[in-house]
Amino acid sequence: MTEASTIAVGAETSAPAGHDEARSLTSDAWRSLKKNPIFWVSMALIVAFLLMAVWPSLFTNVDPAEAVLKQARERPSANAWFGRDIQGYDIYSRTIYGARASILVGVFASIATVLIGGAMGVIAGYYGGWLDAVVSRVTDIFFAIPLLLGGILFMATFPNDVDSPYLLVVGKVVLVLSIFGWPGLARLMRSSVLQVKPNDYVQAARALGATPWRIIRAHVLPNALAPMIVVATINLGVFISVEATLSFLGIGLTPPAISWGVAISDAIVALRTTPHILLFPSLFLSLAVLAFIMLGDAVRDAFDPKSR
Amino acid sequence: MAEAILTATDLVKYYPIKGGVLRRKVGDVKAVDGVSFELLKGETLGIVGESGCGKSTLGRLLMRLEEPTSGSVVFDGVDMYAQKGRAMRKLRRDIQIVFQDPYTSLNPRKTVGDIVGEPFDIHPDVVPRKGRRKAVQDLLDLVGLNPEHINRYPHQFSGGQRQRIGIARGIALNPKVLICDEPVSALDVSVQAQVVNLMEKLQDELGLSYIFIAHDLSVVRHISDRVGVMYLGKMAELGEEDDIYGRPTHPYTQALLSAVPVPDPTLRDKKEQIVLKGDVPSPANPPSGCRFHTRCWKAQDKCKTDIPLLELRPDGAGEHLSACHFAQPREIIETIDVSDLADGDLDTGRRDTASLEPVGDGPADS
Repeated sequence: MTEASTIAVGAETSAPAGHDEARSLTSDAWRSLKKNPIFWVSMALIVAFLLMAVWPSLFTNVDPAEAVLKQARERPSANAWFGRDIQGYDIYSRTIYGARASILVGVFASIATVLIGGAMGVIAGYYGGWLDAVVSRVTDIFFAIPLLLGGILFMATFPNDVDSPYLLVVGKVVLVLSIFGWPGLARLMRSSVLQVKPNDYVQAARALGATPWRIIRAHVLPNALAPMIVVATINLGVFISVEATLSFLGIGLTPPAISWGVAISDAIVALRTTPHILLFPSLFLSLAVLAFIMLGDAVRDAFDPKSR
Repeated sequence: MAEAILTATDLVKYYPIKGGVLRRKVGDVKAVDGVSFELLKGETLGIVGESGCGKSTLGRLLMRLEEPTSGSVVFDGVDMYAQKGRAMRKLRRDIQIVFQDPYTSLNPRKTVGDIVGEPFDIHPDVVPRKGRRKAVQDLLDLVGLNPEHINRYPHQFSGGQRQRIGIARGIALNPKVLICDEPVSALDVSVQAQVVNLMEKLQDELGLSYIFIAHDLSVVRHISDRVGVMYLGKMAELGEEDDIYGRPTHPYTQALLSAVPVPDPTLRDKKEQIVLKGDVPSPANPPSGCRFHTRCWKAQDKCKTDIPLLELRPDGAGEHLSACHFAQPREIIETIDVSDLADGDLDTGRRDTASLEPVGDGPADS
């Protein structure tokens, strides 16, 4: 065994030194993310919005449903930081509580589109053949319908009742966004699976007798997931803005549900006299959408070796 | 004579060419077109040929990574293409592959332990769960890697080391046949020698049979017991190593061998190089009759119409399989086969890896 031992010694010397190790794509991406201020700004915003969604009482102890009609349209003051709206609600409190609807819709619609789109993309890309043809044509059909138009059509067909429970109202918006949002991710996933599939390590797993499920789980998915995660993050911002648009049109979330879209819609009538009613929910909405899109951009740049 | 472990009969693989708006089939790429051979137990069969002659497709057919258009492979008494599902997966334990490119054959997101241990996860009855880590470390040791590197990722290794990982994965299930699809073509010459020597060592220790696909004639000569020469999807010549390299009878083999550089400068002038005219014809529209007739200096009318069969033809000192109507031995100045030389015969004979300075596989070229 002299040969083996000689070579083992050689392997020792040629192995990379300590700090050079672990230069996988993910660790490289993390390293460049850590240096990116945009990443930290967006993360700070997102953490703040998540906290608002989970524990709104952390930020305010004013009941958002408490209307003080005689102080309606009051300008910002020490008493009500963002002023009061047409109904006399405290705008600060309602803006904080409104984050929950946006975050819920954005997060759940993103999860649903990732699951549906990812599964469809993997099936189409890995199995190919007629399955691919069917999935691709179905995505084409959904692509022909713009997200917003589809949302309006769906929500106008199945309108909310006044006494619909909160989760049903949110669930409907999530459903419609998922139905019209998954084809983009399916296409993306299909193309990255097609890129990973011909690699020799996938063939080697087949040669070892691995089942298709095992190959997908262990080899294809881990190497094909990055682009979809990036786009899903950007989509999260898009979903939040579409939710607000639908709510603004009066067909997304409907009162008594509290949401930025609803607040913007209510504020429109008083735009010229008391613009602050419109300002604060719009500002928060823009910041939330911006935060997720910036995060997505930062992650995409980090995962793209060409940008380094 | 040892018995055959793998018998391929009339293997054919056509890839359809689709064209037009309706994606209708307009033709076939005839990648492998009627190849038959036997692989004996414990031997190494080298397959040589230029790019695009169907060597790799042949390897993938033997692994059943592709389904053949027609033909059969009998492996250890079992018709390989008739197996389904579980039976096929069980059969795969006995026939494994080592790929050409060590940079794409290892999953970049898995540790070496995961990669080499994957065969045991897929076939859990081979090694009990508790013994797997030990089994993986033994394998790494066997292929000359440090067993302590079990938790490293592929990108932390050099090309030669990666190829060793690929070999370790290939032999993990203790297969009977290892198909090596250009296993050293992507490596530096010095590393090539190490890997080839490793493969010979493993053959001795584990009793493997190899199908060694390559385009490097000297590497194939070094490792092979028998050699097959492929041209445009067909086997042109097949015989013992000495028959092919010493007494080639097919004009294509002669041309190939004449292109091998001669290391001895005194012999260089005596060497007559046969320069073939033109390019390899497209496998989508191969020439009629003998596939080689468009470039052959011996071609006559018969070659354009009659397909020469791969049969025993005299080579001057005996006979071996050749697919040429006008098979005839021809003097080719030989390259030196170091594997046949005793240690003192020639300086080159001693330049084996074991005597090299322990430089490992050289720095990882990134």
